[in-house]
Amino acid sequence: MYDTSDIRKGLKVLMDGNPYTVIEFQFVKPGKGAAFTRTKFKNLLTGAVVERNIRSGEKLEPANVETRDMQFLYKEGSDLVFMDQSNYEQVTISADLIGDAHDLMKDNLPCTVVFFNERPVDVTLPTFVFLEVTASEPGVRGDTSGNVTKPATVETGAEIQVPLFIRVGDTIKIDTRTHEYVERVSK
Amino acid sequence: MTRRGRVIAVDGDDAILRGERADVRVTSRAGWTPGDIVDLDDPAVVVRPFPGGDYPAPRSEVARMPRARLAALAARARALAALRAFFADRDFLEVETPLLVPSPGLEIHLDAVTAGDGFLITSPEYQMKRLLAAGFERIYQVCKCFRAGEHGPHHASEFTMVEWYRAFAELDAIVRDTEELVAHVVRAVHGQPIARVGARSIDVTPPWPRTSVREAMQRWAGIAVDGDEPAAALVAKVRAAGIDVADDTAWDDAFFAAFLARVEPAIAALDRPLILEDWPAPLAALASRHPDDPRIALRFEAYVGGLELANAFGELTDPVEQRARFEDDQRIRRARGRAVYPIDEKLLAALGEGLPPSAGIALGFDRLVMLATGAPTIDQVLTFTAPEL
Repeated sequence: MYDTSDIRKGLKVLMDGNPYTVIEFQFVKPGKGAAFTRTKFKNLLTGAVVERNIRSGEKLEPANVETRDMQFLYKEGSDLVFMDQSNYEQVTISADLIGDAHDLMKDNLPCTVVFFNERPVDVTLPTFVFLEVTASEPGVRGDTSGNVTKPATVETGAEIQVPLFIRVGDTIKIDTRTHEYVERVSK
Repeated sequence: MTRRGRVIAVDGDDAILRGERADVRVTSRAGWTPGDIVDLDDPAVVVRPFPGGDYPAPRSEVARMPRARLAALAARARALAALRAFFADRDFLEVETPLLVPSPGLEIHLDAVTAGDGFLITSPEYQMKRLLAAGFERIYQVCKCFRAGEHGPHHASEFTMVEWYRAFAELDAIVRDTEELVAHVVRAVHGQPIARVGARSIDVTPPWPRTSVREAMQRWAGIAVDGDEPAAALVAKVRAAGIDVADDTAWDDAFFAAFLARVEPAIAALDRPLILEDWPAPLAALASRHPDDPRIALRFEAYVGGLELANAFGELTDPVEQRARFEDDQRIRRARGRAVYPIDEKLLAALGEGLPPSAGIALGFDRLVMLATGAPTIDQVLTFTAPEL
């Protein structure tokens, strides 16, 4: 069983027989009142989002879901095709399941796919991906103010805000949770 | 003005320098390597703190704090200096009481962090009251407090509290202190008595609007809270207002279900701070009862932009009632399966020997810095957060 201290994004729990994943949570505690975690759960089957306040001390049942390592192969319309690296079985998954991060997916990207009753219900990307910059205006030399960024397009087509010194051809590290530039890894 | 900076990256012909105010991109000079402290006006001057090139070049955001964070920490230092000046001007004595204590306080919804044979304080309240009983009349303290399991946008398990007390004073004096202190600190940080909450600006110029809890619950939740009704009666009123609570909900939980659903969002939307006063007696904690209405406690909370900034009491000075409340707290903690801490007998003894009529307040310093800097989460005003250690 999980308690409120286990709650984090991506935690899979079973409520009323349905698998849910935590998508958002916030610790709430009024000055002299009881603490609870205001938690948004996404139903892994229907996508419906419910909000529940989980009191400190309350228990949550882990969802019995299977997690498999799979490789992203290619896009097919609004679907994405993955391959199980252990048995080469291919699975087609709707881009909706992946959310915002699908424009950071490059061929052969290793992902984690969650299955509930043999159905793919959730895809987790690596936290960081490494992508080449294919288009970006040069930064203006001598700009001395802090934290100045410019847009850059990466090989998968996503647009990322990057520091001024990033140039076309650079490979950059991107956080798939936030679409944020982390660092340059090579030129 | 000197133009010194630390080389944080060398990029082809360029070097990026981290200066006091900004990161600067300049033409690199021969021999500059990450970690060097260099002087643009005299490129021959290179201070190499780690000779031999072993300096760990800050390549990731883990090693290199974002500039906004450094700016927030500098603002925090200015806020602290302003706060100390504020109290010095008003003849408050700064005190330091122990952080490691045998009895960390029995408040029902707080859990202490265990340390050695004792506990880390959840508030310096007990020892500061003993100092009032001992004869000090105006004291303040800035110290770390620890509350187990509290992590959130407005909570950190280790945080900084400002507490101050006035003997022979009433709660109104503390209201004035709070308003003036917040305006003073915010002004010291960025020049104007304007607190920032996200993109919003809150004018914190004293005096602040005041509302009783009873009025607030009536106005925003449509619930008439008496303060002496049984829990079941309050549960019925909360349900009638359309808020779902279970049958066996305790009085305080029913109150907070309605308060958090309706009153806190309304307070958060106000464009001025709010002194929320006259709390119902079941939420008195260490406050004394109102002399004319025992259903009300002499307690207020200060809200700015929805942030619960401070909690104040007209202090309970009666050792008999204080012991009874401590024993109640212990009973409730035991019943709810929480750790039961010992009663602080030395505090009760001090009350027995005579605590002057006093008023005091605890204010979250980190939250004050959030308001002064516009930081959206407490993490952004902490020097290092727990996950960063």
